[in-house]
Amino acid sequence: MSKPIQRYTARERSNHWVVAIAFILAGLSGLALFHPAFFFLTNLFGGGPWTRILHPFIGVVMFLFFMAMAARFWRFNHFTAADRQWMARIGDVIRNRDQGLPEIGKYNAGQKYLFWTMVVSIPLLLLSGIVIWQPWFAPYFPIWLLRAAVVVHALTAWIMILGIIVHVYAAIWVKGSVRAMTRGTVSEAWAKHHHRAWYREMTGK
Amino acid sequence: MALQSLDIKARSATTTQSPAARKTTEVAKLIDISKCIGCKACQAACMEWNDLRDDIGHNVGVYDNPHDLSDQSWTVMRFSEVEVEQGRLEWLIRKDGCMHCADPGCLKACPSPGAIVQYSNGIVDFHEENCIGCGYCITGCPFNIPRISKKDHKAYKCTLCSDRVGVGLEPACVKTCPTGAIVFGSKADMIHHAEGRITDLKERGYSNAALYDPKGVGGTHVMYVLQHGDKPELYANLPKDPGISPLVGLWKGVTKPLMNLGLGLAVFAGFFHYVTAGPKEVEEEEKTD
Ligand code: SF4
Ligand code: SF4
Repeated sequence: MSKPIQRYTARERSNHWVVAIAFILAGLSGLALFHPAFFFLTNLFGGGPWTRILHPFIGVVMFLFFMAMAARFWRFNHFTAADRQWMARIGDVIRNRDQGLPEIGKYNAGQKYLFWTMVVSIPLLLLSGIVIWQPWFAPYFPIWLLRAAVVVHALTAWIMILGIIVHVYAAIWVKGSVRAMTRGTVSEAWAKHHHRAWYREMTGK
Repeated sequence: MALQSLDIKARSATTTQSPAARKTTEVAKLIDISKCIGCKACQAACMEWNDLRDDIGHNVGVYDNPHDLSDQSWTVMRFSEVEVEQGRLEWLIRKDGCMHCADPGCLKACPSPGAIVQYSNGIVDFHEENCIGCGYCITGCPFNIPRISKKDHKAYKCTLCSDRVGVGLEPACVKTCPTGAIVFGSKADMIHHAEGRITDLKERGYSNAALYDPKGVGGTHVMYVLQHGDKPELYANLPKDPGISPLVGLWKGVTKPLMNLGLGLAVFAGFFHYVTAGPKEVEEEEKTD
């Protein structure tokens, strides 16, 4: 009987879930204005005008809390030689053939790619979002910048949603991961199997 | 406002066909700049018919009054003093307002179903009750026309008096113009009428006189007769070759359905991966819990 290992503190978990909730709300309200197929989602926010009003504020909340979270996790996300070896065997990882994978730290290369994707996209979304923010800021920007910003905003949001689909799926796929963010701990076996270098660091074994 | 609910050719953010049982004649307003004296009667008539009153502004040293289009000013006379030939000053006065494009960028960009409609007669109309105030129409318009009200945050612009045209009347500005510089009728008739005017202008020395009905937006339902048809920019920067910005095309064209497909595929890929490859479980885990 092994003891669970602490992976996230209560503060880190709360921070993550504020970002996650803001992401879901910003994502749904953004999709509503992205394509007519999703316009019905404006009903979740009290109609079209309310969706337009709320979306940017939700986005700002997501940005602020994401930045706080990114600052906490920054130092665990530098790429290492082990990450490159792991990435070379990504096909095996996907097929659940994990034997002989290199020992990796708190995050694997896939998680690190997601981290850096978010670090780039969220500020880009904020900047392009401010440019098209009606009625507060959009009137102060030239039309060419508005046109560029709508494209950047849509494209970046799309990349980010794709990234989050992968993130959520990975959490469902790799059993024992979700509790890291809900209860803060993972099993010793989980840590040993998926993040051995981190496991050694945490347990001294 | 929708007086012609069966005559809809296109509707914003709508992927299915709009009610189009009736087909009406394509109309156009022709503005002959060579006949305009800048009296602004059309501006007054527009305010009068549409019951609009702009705030009193400030004189900034030009004749344009009000200085710009707004939610309350759907048309503005733009005065340009130009010297096309050395020593020959000309005062070009262009009645600015929505051009009622055949391929309207505003409608293409709008995310709200039915906030912008195009009738089969060619009029592009904003239905403010569906407008969410996002301002996307502004990014779509090649002529810098829609204006968002600071009060209700809805977009407004010239309706080509769709309410009058719908019951067989000409737009208010046309009715009021004292020199006959603005005429209204079927688009074919207006092109024909313009040809006569252009021949006349050419005889009087304006060898470049031409009709402004730009092809880049599929033609317009507000057209100009320009004395200097080769240089539309002279007329307060009327664009020479307007078109919907390629960025807006990229943003609203095939990309979005493809992006939707991408998101859907990602979710399906995950689901099928789970039911084929299965979850990643750690063997020893059972005994730890
Ligand atoms: S401001 Fe109104 S009319 Fe303009 S794009 Fe947005 S919803 Fe459509
Ligand atoms: S001029 Fe602008 S507002 Fe008018 S129909 Fe064309 S794109 Fe729309």
